[in-house]
Amino acid sequence: MDGMLFLTCAVIAVACAINLVVQTHPIASAISLVGVMVSLAVLYLMLGGEFIAMAQLIVYAGAIMVLFVFVIMLLNAGRERMYKRPVWATAAGVPALFGFLGIMAWFISQRIPATTTVQFGQWMGGDARSVGRALFTTYLLPFEITSVLILIAIVGAIVLAQKELD
Amino acid sequence: MNFFIVSLIKAALIAFVLLTLCAYLVWIERKLLAHIQLRPGPYRVGPHGLLQPLSDLIKLVAKEGILPATSNKFFFLLAPFLAVFIALLSIAVIPFGPEVEIFGYRTQMGLANINVSLLFILAISSLGVYGIAVGGWSSNSKYSLLGGLRSSAQMISYELPMAMAIAAPLLLVNTLNFRQIVAAQEGFYFGFLPRWSVFHAPFPQIFSFVLFLVAAFAETNRVPFDLPEAESELVAGFHTEYSSVMFASFFTAEYCNIVTACCVATLLFLGGWQPLWPAAYGSDFVPTVIFLGAAAVAFFHSTQPLRFWDKFSYPVVGLICLIAAGVFQVPFLKPILVPLFWFVAKAGLLIFTFIWIRGTLPRFRYDQLMRFAWTFMFPLAVLNLLVTGLLVALE
Repeated sequence: MDGMLFLTCAVIAVACAINLVVQTHPIASAISLVGVMVSLAVLYLMLGGEFIAMAQLIVYAGAIMVLFVFVIMLLNAGRERMYKRPVWATAAGVPALFGFLGIMAWFISQRIPATTTVQFGQWMGGDARSVGRALFTTYLLPFEITSVLILIAIVGAIVLAQKELD
Repeated sequence: MNFFIVSLIKAALIAFVLLTLCAYLVWIERKLLAHIQLRPGPYRVGPHGLLQPLSDLIKLVAKEGILPATSNKFFFLLAPFLAVFIALLSIAVIPFGPEVEIFGYRTQMGLANINVSLLFILAISSLGVYGIAVGGWSSNSKYSLLGGLRSSAQMISYELPMAMAIAAPLLLVNTLNFRQIVAAQEGFYFGFLPRWSVFHAPFPQIFSFVLFLVAAFAETNRVPFDLPEAESELVAGFHTEYSSVMFASFFTAEYCNIVTACCVATLLFLGGWQPLWPAAYGSDFVPTVIFLGAAAVAFFHSTQPLRFWDKFSYPVVGLICLIAAGVFQVPFLKPILVPLFWFVAKAGLLIFTFIWIRGTLPRFRYDQLMRFAWTFMFPLAVLNLLVTGLLVALE
C-alpha cells in the first residue's frame, strides 16, 4: 500500500517536473510546478514529516506559486517560441543526459549503503511540537539569523521599489 | 478492511449531505435576502419554493456548455474541476461530533482525524485560489482576467490576518488536531459559562474570532469583499465566460468554502459540539423544546387557517416537528444527535451571519479592501497574538 502510494506520487512528481520544462506556456509550467509541490508534500507526509508537508503546501503551493501565477497573469506573458535544434545537439545531448543520470545514480548508490532502506511510518518526530522544539532549542541561532536575513531582504525590496517610483 | 468500508460509507454520506446543503444554501440565501428586502423570494416551485434548488440544478445541467473560441481549452475545463475538488477536499478533516457507537461499532463523527487538521485546512484553502485564477485567465476575456487577478491578490492578502487570528486561540489549546481543540474547550467556568475560546478566562478570544470571520468573508469572496465578481464593474468576474455545469461547479465551490469556514470557526472558537450550558441544567433538551415549540406553532395555525389548504399542511408540519422532537430523546440516538445539533446550530448561525451581511453591507472599493487588510487587520491580528502570548506566558 505504501509502496503503491509512493510510486504514484513519485511518478506524478517526475511527470509534472518534465512537463514543467517541456511546456511552452508559462501558466502551464507554473501549474506543473504546483503539481510537483503537492506530490512532494504527499511524499513528506508518507515519511512522517506531517508539519513539513503542510508547510510545503501552504508556503510553496499556496503562497509562492500563487504569486508566480499572479505575475504571469499580470504581465500577460505569451507562449514561448521554440527554435529548431540542430541534429548534432540532439545526437550529443541525449547520450550526455543519460550518462549524467547514470553517474548521479552511481554516486548516490556509493554514498548511501544499500542495507538501510526507508520504512514508511517509522519516524515519528515530524509533528508540529517536535519541529517547534527543535527550531527553538537546537537550531535557534540559524533560525533567528534566517529571520533577520528575510527582514533584510524585505527592506531591500522596499528600497529598490522606492527607487523605481522616484 | 472494516475501516475502509466504514470510511467509504462516511465519505459518501458527508459528500451527499454537503452537496445537498450547498444546493439548499442557495435557497436559504435567496429566501433570507428576499425577507431582508421585504419580498417573498422563490415561491413557485414546490411549497415556499422548496424544490427551487432541484429545478435550478436541472436547468444548469440541461443548458449548453459554451467553450469560448479564444479560450485556452484545457485550463478552461480544468479550472472548475480544481475549484470544486479543492473545496470538497477540506471538509474531510472536519469532525462533526464526538466518538459514537453505532450498532456496536465505535467510530468518529467525521472522516479523517489527523494531527495537523488545522494546517491541512489552511493548506487546502490556500490552494483554492488556483481554480479562480486559472479560470479567470484561461477565459481570455478582460473581465475574467481582472476578476482572477483581484481574487488572487485578495486571497493572498487576507490569508495572513486569518492565519494570525487562528494562531491566538491555538496558543490556548496547544494542539492542531480539531478533536483535541474541541476537547480543550470542554467544561464550564463557575458551572455555567462554557470554556470556549471566545470566553477563555485571561483573555477572551473575541478579537481573533471577529478577525477570523472578516478574513473568512474575504477568503470565500463574499460580500462585502466580493470584488472578484463585482457585477457592476466586471459583469460576473472570473466566471463570466462559464455556463452550464462548469458554472454550477464554481457556485458549489463557493458555498462549500462558506460551510468549511463556518465549521472551522465553530470548532476553533465556539467549542465545536460542546453545549452552551451544562447538561445538568438540561441542555440536552434544547432541540426537543425547539421542535415542540415549532409543532405547537404549527398546530395553532392549523386551527386558524388563512388559506383553505392550511388545515391540512400545518398539521403535517406539526407532526414532523413532533417526530423530530421525539427522535432527539431516543436513548441510543441521543449521544449522536445532541452533539450534532449543537454543532449544526453554531455553524448554521455563522452561515446565517454570512447571508445577513450580504443583505446589509455594500461592497468595498478595491484600494479600501487592500488598505483594510494590510494597515488595519494585519497589525490588529499581530497585536492580538502578542497579547495572548504574553498572557499565556504569564499564566
